[in-house]
Amino acid sequence: MYFNFTEDQLLFRDAVAELLAAKCGPEVVRAAWDNAGTGRDPKLWAALAEMGIIGLTIPEAHGGLGMNDVDLTPLLTEAGRVALPAPVLETVAVAAPFIAESTSDAFAAEWLPKIADGSAIVTVQFEGQPFVTDAHIAQLLLVQKGNSMMAVPGESLRLTQQHSVDGARRIFSVDWDEADAQVVATNAEAAIAKAFNRAAVAASAELIGLSEQMIAMTVAYVVDRKQFGVPIGSFQAVKHHLADAELKVSFARPLVWNAAYAIANGSDSVDRDVSMAKCFASDAGTFVARKALQTHGAIGYTTEHDLHFWMKRTWALAGSFGDAGWHRRRVAHLLLDS
Amino acid sequence: MDLRFTPDEEKFRQEAREWLTANVPKGLPSGDTAEGFALHVEWEKKLFENKWAVVSWPEEYGGRGASLWEWLIFEEEYYRAGGPQRVTQNGIFLLAPTLFEFGTEEQKARFLPRMASADDLWCQGWSEPDAGSDLAGIKSRATRDDAAGGWVINGQKTWTTRGAFCNWLFGLFRTDPEAARHSGMTYLMVPLDAEGVTVRGVERLDGDEGFAEVFFDDVFVGDDLVLGGVNEGWGVAMATTSSERGLTLRSPGRFCAAADRLVDLWKRQDAKAKAGDPVAAATLDPSLRDAVAQSWMEAEAYRLATLSDVTGLVNGVSQGARSSLTKIFWSELDVQLHETALRLLGPEGELIEESPDAVDGGAWMKGFEFSLSGPIYAGTNEIQRNVVAERVLGLPRK
Repeated sequence: MYFNFTEDQLLFRDAVAELLAAKCGPEVVRAAWDNAGTGRDPKLWAALAEMGIIGLTIPEAHGGLGMNDVDLTPLLTEAGRVALPAPVLETVAVAAPFIAESTSDAFAAEWLPKIADGSAIVTVQFEGQPFVTDAHIAQLLLVQKGNSMMAVPGESLRLTQQHSVDGARRIFSVDWDEADAQVVATNAEAAIAKAFNRAAVAASAELIGLSEQMIAMTVAYVVDRKQFGVPIGSFQAVKHHLADAELKVSFARPLVWNAAYAIANGSDSVDRDVSMAKCFASDAGTFVARKALQTHGAIGYTTEHDLHFWMKRTWALAGSFGDAGWHRRRVAHLLLDS
Repeated sequence: MDLRFTPDEEKFRQEAREWLTANVPKGLPSGDTAEGFALHVEWEKKLFENKWAVVSWPEEYGGRGASLWEWLIFEEEYYRAGGPQRVTQNGIFLLAPTLFEFGTEEQKARFLPRMASADDLWCQGWSEPDAGSDLAGIKSRATRDDAAGGWVINGQKTWTTRGAFCNWLFGLFRTDPEAARHSGMTYLMVPLDAEGVTVRGVERLDGDEGFAEVFFDDVFVGDDLVLGGVNEGWGVAMATTSSERGLTLRSPGRFCAAADRLVDLWKRQDAKAKAGDPVAAATLDPSLRDAVAQSWMEAEAYRLATLSDVTGLVNGVSQGARSSLTKIFWSELDVQLHETALRLLGPEGELIEESPDAVDGGAWMKGFEFSLSGPIYAGTNEIQRNVVAERVLGLPRK
């Protein structure tokens, strides 16, 4: 029994955190809100690819690092911590392992090296998922049709941009001609379920990072901000808001680790494990956002302060790939209807 | 990351499971009544004779030298088998860690084996009428008697769980009234049959005589009953209270077992509703599915958080102030589990043990009442939230 990341995994995480701190400060997130351009920085993606993050889940034979969902989890948490405006979840956590595990050798050989070296971005759409993230910069869309997975080249997509409360996100309604799509996996119910679980856990891992950062920002603020001649962090009401926030994150975090482990090891309880993680991470994220805003007071209610970037990403991810209620119902079904 | 136990640990689990399944007593009355306490002590003696009383202690004191992982496994199996509350818990989980850390060899040899065998039954003496959350405000005095080689105690302790049934008390007493608040206290062990001790039982919320007030009127204790240094009691006591807040008192086994029983209760109520029972049908509203799932998930979150904490502990990373997060979580989880069960029971939830129609012998209401003590004892959850804010997050004390 060893329920933590290895020293190597933590060293890699620290290196990624350092890179992200240098290349993805709040000004990068703010720039991603500018709707005139793509909102995406190709240099940032290239730097992530250079470090091996984009190819992390791709087999070494195809130019990746051949690592698994557990290895990826702390890195996704770092991506959440900086509110990274880039489709790491879609490309690295979901699409790359799906292509590697569940499509033909030829398809994998065509796409995986391009993903690993950063030259191809792949996004995904599951049934019941209304919008596709980053379809405007994707070279490929993997889209679920029942028990099959289709692949549509990015240039064949007809996009209608939707607008998220998180202006750094790019989400689209998509349409395409059947003739432009190819089926890349059939009778793939289990593989698609696994891909969906991966998306839910990746979102959960990012939500943990977002929450940790909101707590850190709020702690810094309440230590600094003085009212009645003392730091507001000395008031018990403020202390208890933050203690409750820390409590929520502390007990969501191990569920997220456990879910990543369940996927990587094909545990029998994987659906339940994943749903517990997403349910708790979504609830923790929205709870922490609320406490962070309340504790910042009026300055947090502006777009001049950075807090809103983290809150809005949290709201968006809390509802993505099954919100807390959807996942809670899935757990209830697995527990009660057997 | 590896969430598997080793074959040896699984073997240990199997052995524990087999013994517990065959031996756990069913339907013991509450250990917080005089009659129930005696039956619980019998059970504790049986545990001891079969070396299951204190698995993690060294063999010389009655244990098996089990690892922290094995201890967790034992706890899981204990509660899965329906094992009753441990009336020895104040001794084996709170005093014992302190004795191991601060006790002399003589004290360890004298107290630990008799504690393990339930020959000595220990209660704690922290709170006083004017010192609850503010523990450093205690006033009970222990005055030096050089001629007799010991201390003379005067004062009062209160909210002493099972104090009316135990024969020893451990706690803090003020030995230097001139010193600053957190200094000048000494950790003493007091035999409750000593001259000058008066114990008065107090009926608790749930009707059991589980509390006691303990009065000290010129009670003499020898120097051999001082644990740790004179006037250093605060540090010694803090070692014990962090045990109480953290892992040692509240392994996940109890909550996971309760969560499984909650799922079972939902299934029974659902079956009744489907069979046309009008009370169950009117009670089981759809939102209860979510509530049961939420409670079960929280127990699972607690189990996994514990695996993460123990991974830290066996690799030399202490929980420190994070044990306050643990205490808040398990105590509020326990309340929520029982509140959900009472919602499942609807109008039958109010029935207690003595009632002929009480579901599960009224155990859910009893458990609910007991769970309400969790956010209060061992440092209220308000104090714990202050600790989290100040010592985990680094907010200013003032």
